[in-house]
Amino acid sequence: MNFSTSFIINGERRDIELTDPRVTLLDLLRERLNLTGTKKGCDRGQCGACTVLVDGRRVNSCMALALSHDGADIVTIEGVSRGTELHPVQAAFIAHDGFQCGFCTPGQIMSAIGLIQEGQACDDPERVREGMSGNLCRCGAYIGVTEAVLAAQKHVEDGKRRNAA
Amino acid sequence: MKIFDYVRPTNIPEAIAAASEPGSVYLAAGTNLLDLMKDGIVRPDRLVDITHLPGLGHIEHMPDGSLRIGALVRNADLAHDPAFAQSYPAIAEALLSGASPQLRNAATVGGNLLQRTRCAYFYDTASACNKRRPGAGCDARHGANRLHAVLGWSEACIATHPSDFCVPLVALDAVTEIEGKTGRREVRVEDLHRLPGDTPALETLLEPGDLIVAIRLPAGATAFSAHARYLKVRDRTSYAFAVVSTAAALDIESGNIRQARIALGGVAPKPWRARAAEATLIGSPADEPAFRRAAEVALADARPSGDNDFKIELAKRIVARTLALAAVGTPERLPAFPASPFSSAPGVHHAA
Repeated sequence: MNFSTSFIINGERRDIELTDPRVTLLDLLRERLNLTGTKKGCDRGQCGACTVLVDGRRVNSCMALALSHDGADIVTIEGVSRGTELHPVQAAFIAHDGFQCGFCTPGQIMSAIGLIQEGQACDDPERVREGMSGNLCRCGAYIGVTEAVLAAQKHVEDGKRRNAA
Repeated sequence: MKIFDYVRPTNIPEAIAAASEPGSVYLAAGTNLLDLMKDGIVRPDRLVDITHLPGLGHIEHMPDGSLRIGALVRNADLAHDPAFAQSYPAIAEALLSGASPQLRNAATVGGNLLQRTRCAYFYDTASACNKRRPGAGCDARHGANRLHAVLGWSEACIATHPSDFCVPLVALDAVTEIEGKTGRREVRVEDLHRLPGDTPALETLLEPGDLIVAIRLPAGATAFSAHARYLKVRDRTSYAFAVVSTAAALDIESGNIRQARIALGGVAPKPWRARAAEATLIGSPADEPAFRRAAEVALADARPSGDNDFKIELAKRIVARTLALAAVGTPERLPAFPASPFSSAPGVHHAA
């Protein structure tokens, strides 16, 4: 049986015929759409490497059935920069050495973007660490990750203040 | 993963009809179900996707003072709802101590109630497990079982129920609203899960086709909002299931306890309400000797199911400490690490 689905992926509408209901959102992105920035780590919702935004919320794409998210608006790491201008979170990860090998980084960055939007951590490093606890880093770049998220959060807040002034 | 049929009903009667067929299971967020399906632990013939059903995603304040939480409300949305967190702080704290932010953004409250045990032998299809295959035996019984049950277990199954959310729900007399083939009925969360006995594969009172549509908190549950906490010991600071957890809620007047609620997680095959322990606190001053006595009573029937006798002493200390934290009062803002024993509060000793 074929299933006709439609998604908004990084701002662009994609109509996709699925021939197999077992496809996860992660496999759809990587195998069907060639968006391989989203990584498959554990494939069990434990490592966070597959984090994407679905309707503005960070989720594990490996634990999401693609069919069930028919109609969703999805943002992946490929969709966060503006041309060659990096997203503030991407720039902060570079400035603060928030990675070493880089495999977990797309998931870390998507998770950080989600965390900043959720507004629960603000400038508290403990809350940032808790808020990023769904993303594992085998290289142990956690100190840089926390610093990067705090810096990006501050950048976003400063931007809001500038716009309000 | 075994191939399956996928259906997406547009209303509740259609969903119930589809899920009543043998081999069918409901799919909500899938954060537990897909995990189980990927490893062949659960092998459904058909998924009935309820995530597109209308009317199950709201938090409603009812005229009688109760609160009705639609089954598809996401864990994160409930925990971060300011009015909810203020009225039911122990539930918000429990929710935020569970899983990761990504999983909480997806996972639904109805699904949380029906998540399966994290017993490693249940997850390993090469091991014997009476839950997975009735009559197969239980490899956990004489295996690596430091995390297994100390209350309510049987020779057939020593697995624990993993939910944090269910623990304060049980303490606060929450009720599930269930739609089924014969109409709507209500079951207390405390009664929803069965003890394993000789039939550990039968985990809940739900019949084929039954759909949890909402969870309701009775009006009286807000009496505890000033003195309610959840405390959870984990093998890691965050993003881990409970070794032992406790929800404690007190209604205190002039230093004396008017009502008390205690429930434990991580220690039994179901969220464990400690009514006898609650009874010892009624009319007593809210002080440490009273909390220690209550903790002894809460664990009076506990016995190890393996290398886990430490959990009995640990649970006693956590019960006493959660009661002490509740007596100090609900914090204005949840600690950075919700429910963590490493977050300090004034007036509470870390070593009980």
